[in-house]
Amino acid sequence: MRNKCRLLAMLAVFMTPAATAEVFPSTYTPRDGQSLLFQNATILTGDGKRVNNASLFISDGRIEWVGEGSTPSDTAVINAEGKWITPGLIDVHSHLGVYPSPGVAAHSDGNEATAPVTAEVWAEHSVWPQDPGFSRALAGGVTAMQILPGSANLFGGRGVTLKNVPSLSYQGMKFPGAPHGLKMACGENPKRVYGNRKQAPSTRMGNVAAYRSAWIKAQRYVDDWDRYEQAQAEAADETEENATSVASALLTTAPPKRDLELETLAGALRGDILVHMHCYRADEMLTILDMANEFGYQVGTFHHGVEAYKIANELAEAGVCGALWADWWGFKIEAYDGIQENIALVDRPEGGCAIVHSDSGEGIQRLNQEAAKAMLRGNRAGLEIPPERAIRWITSNAAKSLGIDDQTGSLRPGMMADIVLWNQNPFSVYAQALQVYIDGVLTYEQGNPELEPQSDFELGQLVGVAP
Amino acid sequence: MKHLLLSAILLLGNASALAESLLITDARLMGQGLPTDVNYDILVSGGVINRIGEDLSEVAANAVIDATGRPVTGAFFAGITALGLNEIGMVSDTVDSRLADLYTGLIHPEFDVREAYNPHSSAIPVTRVEGYGYTLLAASPGDRPLSGHGSLVRLDGGFNSFEGKPVMYADVSGASGDRLGGSRAASWMLLNAIFSELAIADKDLKLITAQGKSALVDAKKNGIFIFSAHRASDIVRTLEFIAERGLKGVISGGQEAWMVREELAAAEVPVIINALDNLPGSFDALGARLDNAALLHDAGVTVLFTSGETHNARKLRQVAGNAVAHGLPHKTAMAAMTSLPAALFGGLDRSVQSGSRADLVIWSGDPLDVNSAADTVIIGGKVDSMQSRQTYLLRRYLPEEPGQGRAYINPQ
Repeated sequence: MRNKCRLLAMLAVFMTPAATAEVFPSTYTPRDGQSLLFQNATILTGDGKRVNNASLFISDGRIEWVGEGSTPSDTAVINAEGKWITPGLIDVHSHLGVYPSPGVAAHSDGNEATAPVTAEVWAEHSVWPQDPGFSRALAGGVTAMQILPGSANLFGGRGVTLKNVPSLSYQGMKFPGAPHGLKMACGENPKRVYGNRKQAPSTRMGNVAAYRSAWIKAQRYVDDWDRYEQAQAEAADETEENATSVASALLTTAPPKRDLELETLAGALRGDILVHMHCYRADEMLTILDMANEFGYQVGTFHHGVEAYKIANELAEAGVCGALWADWWGFKIEAYDGIQENIALVDRPEGGCAIVHSDSGEGIQRLNQEAAKAMLRGNRAGLEIPPERAIRWITSNAAKSLGIDDQTGSLRPGMMADIVLWNQNPFSVYAQALQVYIDGVLTYEQGNPELEPQSDFELGQLVGVAP
Repeated sequence: MKHLLLSAILLLGNASALAESLLITDARLMGQGLPTDVNYDILVSGGVINRIGEDLSEVAANAVIDATGRPVTGAFFAGITALGLNEIGMVSDTVDSRLADLYTGLIHPEFDVREAYNPHSSAIPVTRVEGYGYTLLAASPGDRPLSGHGSLVRLDGGFNSFEGKPVMYADVSGASGDRLGGSRAASWMLLNAIFSELAIADKDLKLITAQGKSALVDAKKNGIFIFSAHRASDIVRTLEFIAERGLKGVISGGQEAWMVREELAAAEVPVIINALDNLPGSFDALGARLDNAALLHDAGVTVLFTSGETHNARKLRQVAGNAVAHGLPHKTAMAAMTSLPAALFGGLDRSVQSGSRADLVIWSGDPLDVNSAADTVIIGGKVDSMQSRQTYLLRRYLPEEPGQGRAYINPQ
């Protein structure tokens, strides 16, 4: 019996699904965060509140308090009079590192466009941490982001959430404890990529059939593993008297074969991996919601959702976020009905979860400006959106979409001290991030060459150029 | 709700009023060199600005719009776009801005995108209601070093609203070499060969047709050549070519233009940039930086803006605003967004002064900021409806109760 238990324990080590043990684990450990008291600032807390002429105290990498409170006598003080403070900005849709600068063909690592279902690939394995885009985004106040595979495939693979800290590896950027995302895509892109090769899917109905086939396999995979784990648990409980033979135990507890593709899909069905679905048209999003009901999973966020405003109530009811652009439209027919009020209209219903995303190395640097445009359009349509509401689109709502809202995205006590000090109201073309803190560490400071990180790629380029 | 002031326009049924006249009162004129501590009244009649004064209230105009101290500018330039040439980017039969895959194998400077211009494109009102009055039509890079020509066009819905000089497009960037012969030197080789053919008899032409030669001669004599180039060395080579061939040239892209700003200033060659370009997106752009516009301007180079967008051409004022945020004087950026492109490309006078075309915009705030928008657009002296396909979509989906269904909500 002792032997059998040992054997089972060994089996458990080797054969437990990867989900239970973190692979490619985060190696990010913040340096000691500063104790800092910001005074006289206009503070947008990220979760809907605005505090004027207020203080913020951070210590040991965490938010201590906003408003008023006590600080140790030796606390360093920053007078933020005339300045604004927000949580660090979060982009839920970036391809930094997987489509890095310079955009040469050999850097094109974002779409494993060789089969329509590639749930087995992980964007992090393509991330080039030396992408100069990371430091540009940092200068724009971005402290965390999700790097996603592209949209060529129905299931594009896993996305990874990173802290925007310079590192030699993506592991050194990986947001501790953040769930993976699963990138899926609706509509034109997958059917065009594969249809052009005379391969399925070539139609929207082909898209849906292929998603469903994959989910059916994934359901079976979940069942197989559940059965195995249950059998294993029962075997471990067996007493000496009713113990079966080792051979029989092996048979009843032999684990299903691991499958990387199905592991990802199973993670999504179980809710461990959050579903991020590229989808433009309202009708397609409704189809996807029905499919999610069929297979019992939750769509976390629709990305791009150029027609999300047409179904804002349905999205709010289903608890699905919309990660959207302020003004992109017309580049393809599924983007033909884009309007600039999209974000504000998705934000309107009770429970609405609107997010401004970039999908762009340029846009990620100016999420505040993108949000400003969306806020303006909402206000001009009569929706009355103050800055403290709009900032949620690039902070707490984005954090919710990534499953990290208990860690960052708002300035509640105990949250990570990811904050941006702005020269003014951030909802302006003239707003600039003066300082960016990640886990309480000053990671970027405008005009301070010692705090403007530069990638290896940029180092020494154009050294011969006269300034 | 300032944007609703349009509906408050006073219609004065005065028989003695100027024909088709419109009086804009209490306007803060931006970028006109007039004192900014005073607001002005602007009288428009017959599609042009009749006069500007501190108080024109004695004038009996057909209509009056009170600008209530808001900024008023000339209608904005939308940059180099394919407006009217590109309805939906990925629907190829709606895209007409590019010559490619043509069987002749020749270079066709005579390719004129204006032949394909559709003033009814939905993107035109979408752009116009955001305060844009004109654009420069692009002959987008195809598979030839000269991609053809276009010109300015007014976004007034007219079939023949073209203005100004012929504008010929050349691409000498690294991307051009990728499309053509494997080297950007191939672009120069062909450009030199093409220009050499201007000196030979039509019957001996090898690379261009007689029509192409004629178009090129005309562009050389009366027009402007826009060279797409980013890398400093490509820009310098372009300046040499412009001088050698006696052309009036403009650099477009110019991400490393700041490095050769002295040379550009000496050659008096303007640069059209996207001021948001700050990433080393290619090896042509290792020197991209946000203060490119400011550095160029400080060196005496004329700077214009383009976003590279057609559908979202309305983003251009954000581009200009970012240039201002990184050191370009506001009034310089305003000129680059209003009258300067018209002057450069030979269009109508678009400075806000008497006798100029009455393409005007009343803005809710600073026209270069993302927290402002166009409240009223006046094109050719006529107040625009401020409607587009997108405003209709908004009006269909804004009501919380759809009634019988959204399909029955017809904003018309």
